[in-house]
Amino acid sequence: MNKRMKKKTSDLVFAARNGLLDRRYFLKSGLGAGLIATSTNASEGKHRFPWMRVPGEGMGESGPSKYENHLKRNNVASQPGTTGSGASRTPIEYLDGIITPSRLHFERHHSGIPDINPEEHRLIIHGLVNRPLSFSMESLVRYEHVSKIQFLECSGNSGAMISPQPLQRTASQLHGLISCSEWGGVPLKILLDEAGVKPEGKWIVASGSDAAIMSRSVPVKKIMDDAIIATHQNGEPLRPSNGYPMRLFLPGWEGNACVKWLRTIKVTSTPSMTKDETSKYSDLRDDGVAELFTFPMGVKSIITSPSPGLDLNEAGIYQVNGIAWSGRGKIKKVELSADGGKTWAEANLDDHVLSKALTRFRSAWKWNGGPATLMSRAVDEKGNVQPTRENWLKGRASNTFYHFNATQTWRIDQKGQASNVYL
Amino acid sequence: MSIYNFKLPLLCLFLCCYQYSLAADDVFVDKAPMLGRSMSIIAAQEVDFVVLPNGDGLPEGSGGVDAGKRLFNIHCLACHGEKAQGGINGDLVGGHGTINGLSPKKTVGSYWPYATILFDYIRRAMPYQTPGSLKNNEVYALSAYILFLNNIIEEQDIMNAKTLVKVKMPNRDNFVWAYK
Repeated sequence: MNKRMKKKTSDLVFAARNGLLDRRYFLKSGLGAGLIATSTNASEGKHRFPWMRVPGEGMGESGPSKYENHLKRNNVASQPGTTGSGASRTPIEYLDGIITPSRLHFERHHSGIPDINPEEHRLIIHGLVNRPLSFSMESLVRYEHVSKIQFLECSGNSGAMISPQPLQRTASQLHGLISCSEWGGVPLKILLDEAGVKPEGKWIVASGSDAAIMSRSVPVKKIMDDAIIATHQNGEPLRPSNGYPMRLFLPGWEGNACVKWLRTIKVTSTPSMTKDETSKYSDLRDDGVAELFTFPMGVKSIITSPSPGLDLNEAGIYQVNGIAWSGRGKIKKVELSADGGKTWAEANLDDHVLSKALTRFRSAWKWNGGPATLMSRAVDEKGNVQPTRENWLKGRASNTFYHFNATQTWRIDQKGQASNVYL
Repeated sequence: MSIYNFKLPLLCLFLCCYQYSLAADDVFVDKAPMLGRSMSIIAAQEVDFVVLPNGDGLPEGSGGVDAGKRLFNIHCLACHGEKAQGGINGDLVGGHGTINGLSPKKTVGSYWPYATILFDYIRRAMPYQTPGSLKNNEVYALSAYILFLNNIIEEQDIMNAKTLVKVKMPNRDNFVWAYK
């Protein structure tokens, strides 16, 4: 065993109460190095597993290992009487890093996944423009492309957290409508400039080619800032469940506005007030007034491990880790507490701290085998601080649930099992 | 000295023009392959489902409450329930006066800000299993029936491009824009 692993408790530098270690712990201890037993020759007296005694499978398509069958989108649910009008969630508690594999990206559809022939598909820009234009997929390939790693979050994510009593669900069942990908495509500004937006054109109405012709209004300013017509996700063409052959992608803004299977963009002087931006995806306050166009997703973080279902099996040192993001820029810091918010310690952030992307945070934690109350709290580069649940609820109507970004608390009991609690 | 004074403004003028020609917009357009195919306004209308609250985009045609009731019972009742309440999916009627209370009930009548949304959404997306199967007159008629069930219009009222825009939804004034 690696000598440096034999660190005594007396050597540990604690950064907050109930076992949170200084964020440099992992760096110093070199945890993970030198643990892999090296298997050498096949000669007599040496050990080989069965799969080391015959050549393995041939090459070709690859899925995950059969031992990772839990790596699936979960909580798949559709509206009664329908099959394609609902959501599925990313299994965030089983993932690491910041990229969500495309097959695990969450889904939220309003009338199923259309089977679109890209040769027949056209992107049409019309309305308050000098020249209505139609673009084929073939033509878009020749335009300047950009690619960025950015999150996409459904604004209904974590909506179950408004429940008066904490629901006992896994991290992904509660918060799995969040994913992060490398999105590639054409800046929409280039196409709008080609069509020539008239001065009175202040909004666009984007419509999909799904059976519901899902539609949302978006300000032209956002389109000109950083919107793209996304054709690629994590290096491959979009999956059908994420809008193949193209979707609108609005960095940092609520997923519902990033219209999938994008077919038309109409430039208008006002928003259309579509069903999905008025009756849904509007934020009702407790004074009876509802806020429309609450586009950016707030600063947020979730501890994905430990979390319900990922039990601790013995006292000792664990890695507390999770994801943080903000629709308004980069994550500046994530703080962790193991004593229900009384004391806090700053977590390590992985190398990739990107604007409007997931950021992975980690810290070492020594679980002493007793009760612990784990929380994370993110701050973004604009100074926005993730609110407590109590503060988030203030001023909102009792059953409004969009844009929930409050801190999540996991209580670890003496058996090492995590549960969802409110403080 | 005099030469210097003469040259500086010229240099500035040159730099200004040069910089202007390199403005970001121009560079983008210059680099763009310009492959968008021009469409006629009529061709664009064929794919245009957008209805604005001012009525822009509403087609010709009209429909009333009676016709709407008949259509509703055929196409909508299975999901939305009789008289658009108590079905397996979204109640479209009721909840009036609850929006600023302890348990707001959002329906077309209690919450939606504009009647034009009814036409826009039904024409796009309903009936769920057969979207696009209704004629414009039928979409107007269904809009009329749902408004009538919410006590927003009278039984004899006819909905069309002119009348639908004029319907004032009870909750219209209770929306603000978070986006400035």
